Amino acid sequence: MTTSTPPTPTPSAKNPEQINPPGGAERRGIGQVLRSQLQQSLAFATLVVLIIFFSVSSSSFFTVSNISGILLSTAVIGILAVGTTFVIITGGIDLSIGTGMTLCAVMTGVFITNMGLPLVVGVIGGIATGALMGFINGFNITFLGLPPFIATLAMMLIAQGLALVISGVAPIYFAEQAFKDIALGTLIPGLPNAVLILFLCALVAYVVLSKTILGRYTFAIGSNEEATRLSGVNTRKWTILIYTVAGIFTGIAGVVIAARLGSAQPQLGTGYELQAIAAVIIGGTSLLGGRGSILGTLIGALIMSVLINGLRILSIQTEWQNVVVGIVILVAVFTDSLRRRREA
Amino acid sequence: MSLESVGTADRSRNLSNEAGSIVTTKLLEVQGISKSFPGVQALKDVQFELDRGEVLALVGENGAGKSSLMKILSGIYTRDEGTISFEGRPVEIEGPRAAQALGISIIHQEMNLMPHLTVAQNIYIGREPRSLGGFALRERALNKKTAELLARLRIDLDPRQEVGELTVAKQQMVEIAKALSVDSKVLIMDEPTSSLTASESETLFRLIEGLKADGTGIIYISHRMEELGRIADRVTVIRDGRYVGTLAKGSFDVPTIIEMMVGRHIDENARPTAIDTHDNDVVLKVEDLSTRNFINGVSFELRRGEILGFAGLMGAGRTEVARAIIGADPRTSGTITVNGKVVSITKPTDAVRHGIGYLSEDRKSLGLLLGQTVSENILLPSLPNFSNALGFMQPAKGRNVAKRYVDQLKIKTPSVQQVTKLLSGGNQQKVVIAKWLERDCDILIFDEPTRGIDVGAKDEIYALLTDLAARGKSIIVISSELPEVLRLSHRIAVMATGRITGFLDNEKASQNTIMELATRGHE
Repeated sequence: MTTSTPPTPTPSAKNPEQINPPGGAERRGIGQVLRSQLQQSLAFATLVVLIIFFSVSSSSFFTVSNISGILLSTAVIGILAVGTTFVIITGGIDLSIGTGMTLCAVMTGVFITNMGLPLVVGVIGGIATGALMGFINGFNITFLGLPPFIATLAMMLIAQGLALVISGVAPIYFAEQAFKDIALGTLIPGLPNAVLILFLCALVAYVVLSKTILGRYTFAIGSNEEATRLSGVNTRKWTILIYTVAGIFTGIAGVVIAARLGSAQPQLGTGYELQAIAAVIIGGTSLLGGRGSILGTLIGALIMSVLINGLRILSIQTEWQNVVVGIVILVAVFTDSLRRRREA
Repeated sequence: MSLESVGTADRSRNLSNEAGSIVTTKLLEVQGISKSFPGVQALKDVQFELDRGEVLALVGENGAGKSSLMKILSGIYTRDEGTISFEGRPVEIEGPRAAQALGISIIHQEMNLMPHLTVAQNIYIGREPRSLGGFALRERALNKKTAELLARLRIDLDPRQEVGELTVAKQQMVEIAKALSVDSKVLIMDEPTSSLTASESETLFRLIEGLKADGTGIIYISHRMEELGRIADRVTVIRDGRYVGTLAKGSFDVPTIIEMMVGRHIDENARPTAIDTHDNDVVLKVEDLSTRNFINGVSFELRRGEILGFAGLMGAGRTEVARAIIGADPRTSGTITVNGKVVSITKPTDAVRHGIGYLSEDRKSLGLLLGQTVSENILLPSLPNFSNALGFMQPAKGRNVAKRYVDQLKIKTPSVQQVTKLLSGGNQQKVVIAKWLERDCDILIFDEPTRGIDVGAKDEIYALLTDLAARGKSIIVISSELPEVLRLSHRIAVMATGRITGFLDNEKASQNTIMELATRGHE
């Protein structure tokens, strides 16, 4: 049996034609904001608690060098996570970002080391590789009608294979210090450039997601793709663009990891996509689409790094770290589903 | 009456055929539209015309082709044949955007909103105020523009509120505001009142009157016949994808329209043939049934071959009684006796084991696997009977049984392998019935058996239920439609606020006596 309108009393009867009590909208507005931020606030609280816990447990945790190390280890996963946040908000998924990142790193190596192209050209080439992969993902999803899971799973394998073939299953080393400085230099004293790049990426992504047409359609498609299409929005075009944007971030991550390691390691990459997706989910972005934030993703990525770093400092076996991260994901998604159940 | 109007239609068609050069001043003129999908002719030679400042009601049964026709006009489908003239010019409508550009807006039957976006973001999706070369959003301008639009339409909503947080009725208002935010010359409304209360509908009608005065042409699709007299200037009826006729204001009444829709006469005052079931065995006896803070001391008996109607207002507790009987909700007290034996029913499986089948009002999500075939749905509860000792399915055996039901219940489907989703509402309901019959349920509880089923098919369901009772099944019908309860039930239990306020034999029951009992205890 259905009950339609909630029993909100009408505070003003001055206009009987009004079907919505004016005060109700405001009140619910605040409640709704709180609720929609709940997951993100929970994530933030978790992060703070973790930091306090590890700081108390070990004196070597809350030191400038350790914090800087945590941030550096967050950079690559963080950049991937920021890019894939776009895709997940559309209700899609991108499994190709891990090995895709590796292919971008390998291509950067090919451009700079093997072909001897200028640094800037090599970097742009690496990022363009990511953009191209994203574009192809988007095309396969929209025009060939493949489910994102399948399209990007295929791309994951293709990228992995190509990275191995192109590199000849051997690392490509970078000789130039200037390239390594992309990740390890310190434009801001004490802060590795890779971290700076992560924050810049997050800032740009935040602006794009909240202030631009692309961001608006990212949420619209995730919320109700068919309705968006019927509203006259070219959803295919925008979906391709969104996957391309995610690919650009994959490319940036590829350049950063190559710079950090001083080499392109073709065997690397598998598993990065799942860590990035985990960061996005811990940060409160819904796998069902329509909801999510860059800030949340950033917090999610930090939680994972802090956890891993803290457990290491407490001398807990590496093998246990994955178990803990897995449990964190379960808890994060469970609280998210609790919230949704309350909304329904 | 219907024949006469068909004649008129033919004449007007001939007229326009001969005189192709006549300058028409109609806002929208649609001629000879045909559209087929693989295996289905959805529309065949359909026509209508629409003037400025007019409300044209488009009626027909579910599946008659109304929605397909509107999808052609709004650019979602392309037609196979026919012409569409807009303000005298022939036009091609190649997509939702092209329709918008012409000034044709549609409010779809199914909600087409983005629940995670705000009211303003929904209304102006695709047309947001922008800056910086069209890439940056101007959120404040968007909200201001929306506030102005809503004020003009006298719809009181906060532009910044998230749509998923609104009630269905308010979401409907957002849809309407969205359609009217473009400069619409033609507004198509597909069952806009289906989820609105009477007073909300009245607000909508006043909105429509305002639009009419501004010269907007409105195509109004509705299943609520009583609305047509209130809002429509003319009524066009289509049936089975074909044009039947058009009636002008003053010359249409509900029985005429229904007759044109279904193609035969339907007696709204029919009653069940009086079969005396008073002496039959009691198959189901419910005593002192209560649930935590709702159902209170409900007792009744159901006899073999009897149809017992449950009437009452929304929220009287009828569905809750059914759910408590089948063990879907916990009971705080109550004894249930089936065929003279007290039984313990704590979960729906127990109910099925004792031969009680419950057919939910929400057929699509609770009663059927829409993506599965007719045969799979019918056999689902009885699968162990159609597999051998090793658990392997015996498809031929199952198909034959399913075929028998398709014949027996006259389920209209090309084959038992048809996907259930593609059947009409009435035929889907029959599949659910077949499912429980095969499971050997002798007691069937129908919750709103004809919800979402159109007039013609309703009659068939009524006939089917009557026939089932005549063959010894015992039936409980829960219905919010009083004519339906009166039409079907041998006896009627009336509920109010969680208790039964009285039983009426059909001969003594009328809408008035039922309503009197249904409102008892409300004061």
